[in-house]
Amino acid sequence: MAGLLNELDRPVDRRVLVLRVNGEDHQLLLPVHKTLLEVLREDLGLTGTKHGCELGECGTCTVLVAGEPQLSCLVLPVQLGGREVTTVEGLTAGSELTPLQRAFADLGAAQCGYCTPGMLLSATALLRSNPKPNATEIREALAGNLCRCTGYSKIVEAVELAASGRG
Amino acid sequence: MADLKVVGQPLPKADAAAKVIGAAVYADDIVLPRMLHSKLLRSPHPHARILSVDASAARRIPGVKGVLTGQDLPIRFGILPVSQDERALESEKVRYVGDPVAAVAAVDEETAAAAAEAIRVEYEVLEPVLSIEDALRQPGDERIHASRSLPANLHRLQSYEFGDLAAGWARAAHVREDLFFFQGNTHLPMEQHSAVGQWVDGRLTVWSSTQVVHYVHRALSKVLELPMNKIRVIGAAHGGGFGGKTDPFAHEIVVAKLAMVTGRPVKCTLTREEVFYAHRGRHPVLMWVKTGVDEEGRITAMHFRSALDGGAYGSYGAASVFYTGTLQTVTYDIPAYKFEGCRVFTNKPPCGPKRGHGTPQPRFALELHLEKLAEEIGMDAVELKRRNFMQPFTRAVNWLRVTSCGLEECAEKVLAASGYRTRERRPGRGQGFAISAYMSGAGTAIYWNGMPHSEVQLKLDRTGVTAYCGAMDIGQGSDAVIAQIVAEELGIQAADVRLVTADTDSTPIDLGSYSSRVTFMAGNAALEAARKMRALLDAAVDARAGVPFLEACELAETKWGALSTAGSYTPPRIGGPFKGSGVGPSPAYSYSAAVVDVDADARTGIVRVNKVWIAHDIGRAINPLLVIGQIEGSVYMALGEALMEEQTFRRQLGLHKWPSMLEYKSPTFVDTPEIESFLVETVDPEGPYGAKEAGQGPLLPVIPALNLAVHDALGVWIDETPVTPEKVLKALKDGRVGPKMFPAVPWPEPIIVEPPARDDMRVGAELEAAFPSA
Ligand code: FES
Ligand code: FES
Repeated sequence: MAGLLNELDRPVDRRVLVLRVNGEDHQLLLPVHKTLLEVLREDLGLTGTKHGCELGECGTCTVLVAGEPQLSCLVLPVQLGGREVTTVEGLTAGSELTPLQRAFADLGAAQCGYCTPGMLLSATALLRSNPKPNATEIREALAGNLCRCTGYSKIVEAVELAASGRG
Repeated sequence: MADLKVVGQPLPKADAAAKVIGAAVYADDIVLPRMLHSKLLRSPHPHARILSVDASAARRIPGVKGVLTGQDLPIRFGILPVSQDERALESEKVRYVGDPVAAVAAVDEETAAAAAEAIRVEYEVLEPVLSIEDALRQPGDERIHASRSLPANLHRLQSYEFGDLAAGWARAAHVREDLFFFQGNTHLPMEQHSAVGQWVDGRLTVWSSTQVVHYVHRALSKVLELPMNKIRVIGAAHGGGFGGKTDPFAHEIVVAKLAMVTGRPVKCTLTREEVFYAHRGRHPVLMWVKTGVDEEGRITAMHFRSALDGGAYGSYGAASVFYTGTLQTVTYDIPAYKFEGCRVFTNKPPCGPKRGHGTPQPRFALELHLEKLAEEIGMDAVELKRRNFMQPFTRAVNWLRVTSCGLEECAEKVLAASGYRTRERRPGRGQGFAISAYMSGAGTAIYWNGMPHSEVQLKLDRTGVTAYCGAMDIGQGSDAVIAQIVAEELGIQAADVRLVTADTDSTPIDLGSYSSRVTFMAGNAALEAARKMRALLDAAVDARAGVPFLEACELAETKWGALSTAGSYTPPRIGGPFKGSGVGPSPAYSYSAAVVDVDADARTGIVRVNKVWIAHDIGRAINPLLVIGQIEGSVYMALGEALMEEQTFRRQLGLHKWPSMLEYKSPTFVDTPEIESFLVETVDPEGPYGAKEAGQGPLLPVIPALNLAVHDALGVWIDETPVTPEKVLKALKDGRVGPKMFPAVPWPEPIIVEPPARDDMRVGAELEAAFPSA
């Protein structure tokens, strides 16, 4: 659906898309170049997804696409083809924290908390594919998510605690 | 204090739950009706005169609602009263690649960016000054700041002599000199700086990811010429500072002005590249140190010189220079000490305070230097350092007053846990040991004023208690500390204390979250307010025991109406009777010791950190979970600085080499080793419940300990940061990598300071009365 002009008089290709996010369908008219990160934050008000670079370098914007961690700043909604997106807001069913969220909160794995949504989603994907990861596996699985506050130790401990089922 | 119930508990941060569900609202998450987006146009040149700015094309772009140039914001500002040298938008000249020149507000970010690009700026390019050496020479074209009274591009120049240097050198059996260089690096907070401005009915509100709402408030008032009661600054949920969000910034002033001009809310979020330009990070520092010791290895005299590459503006630099020279004396007992320091302007993003502010560089130099000295005289380096450890309740030669001091215990903890003394000695494997000290808040405010450094108000009514505190929780958990102190005194749970923080309309003054001051200063203010409130509650329940808290609150409100109490903290005058004594004094110093264990590969030059042991004298841990969090974060950040992080620029062009997170290397999960932390509780007499700082001190010993571990492993000296594989290989070839000379600096005659008596613990009026003339 071309033809609409943007403010700079360049033609902008816009499409109507249905985006499935956290179990809800959203019908949106979007410029094709708008990233999933921008759509989540600006069009859907899901500001729990954060950004540190918008260039695919920091992992902060990680969401799950069909259960797999993806950098939402590099994904275009037009590429999704109906696959479901999960953001930090979608981790919790109702108001109960998941064991992973509980462990992050209790162990101090979130200091400024800015990297936390991305960490939680990467860790959720890890625990689904490997429910009992050891510390090395946790570190490797999360290596694409930078955190500047914690020195990572408490995040590893939180994932271990959640995996242990004791959390 | 044996029966503390809430203080000392490892409780989660006050906002932990909000942060794990994505509910915390950071500045860039704020969306207001009709909000516009702003972009800054920044200079492409490191040094140039601005000849003209033509924004007409930008104004014509549909969707553009406001354009600002330097003419609109002519008033200078700066964090220190002595360095009012910045403008939100420059109109005369630009001083680094990234210096803001114009700003646009438009209906969306894309339009704003395109409009900023459409602004035509004509420059006359000037020769840039890009190194300390160049800055000390007469400039090719012109000085970066023409109005300065010092020659060339010198910004600050200091010289002090404490104690009898001549006698110290005469007593020395051995004297050694060394040169070191500490590379600049940046904070790299995960959150890009962001601010939102709103102008309604003559009142301005700014939400920002700042560490100090009070300083943003002051700068806005000055630049916009608005009285402070017409401005409200609110700290949004904070995505990481580390010192990098402690200055007022151009984008904060711009969103305010654009909101005033357009009548609509305006947001500006910096791109990651812009965050590298905003900077205010670690100064690159060149250092020379000379120390004399007697036959027993006791220091007789020390002379320390530093030259700081300050970048384009003053920022905190006038203080940073002092910090490279002041804290040497609170770890080691130095009977005679000379310090000469200078800071120069260069055409690079301004340097400022990063975690440890001005002290990691000299700490690095000093710990390596003493190790070299010990090696030279055939003495065990740990033993030499220990013989010179500062003792508790001692006044240093430069008048810094040391109270509680757990240096011995910290050192013993890490030496024992790491097995340092009996470590395996083989090529490629090594351990390094170092110590440090840091301030629990600065004893003097950065601008002259008579107000307390922190105030906390409590409000109590039938619904419970609320604490109002101006400090910003930047992730370290300061809100939890305030809640725990109030809860302890009122006999309730920390979660029952409601918090209103970092909002200039509703919270009293606090000098912010930097300088490791919040637990000590806001903590003491909270303690005072809570004790007053406790007395009122006790009176209300009329000595009846076991009245539940909310019932007691209702009784109190019934008796007196809603109650409020206030507490405040002002550090006593501690500094000595000389000009410049305001930088360095702190009501208490924390102490740290660390051992770093590495594998260093002589073939590849790669250094792998196996483990870090660190002990920290926290005074008392009000919340051990948060203290350990600060320690682990500090160790991680130190390892980044020690091994890989550097903010460097292309020669000639003045272009940042790596303004992206991919190229600016920082440690990931797999680069960060196991960290074993030990808390040493010395219970400081003036800290709240005896507490001292934790946010910065633990960073300091790790950087030198890493270099010393590499020395232990390979026998080479790398006298600069970071220790990259290339440097390791070069050092294996040449024996040493590091600076070869210290440039000629026109040092002034030193200010000669009579040292205090070592046991002189006087402070405040008592101390002042003792000064002959001051
Ligand atoms: S914001 Fe997407 S990777 Fe950094
Ligand atoms: S908690 Fe601050 S960046 Fe990870």
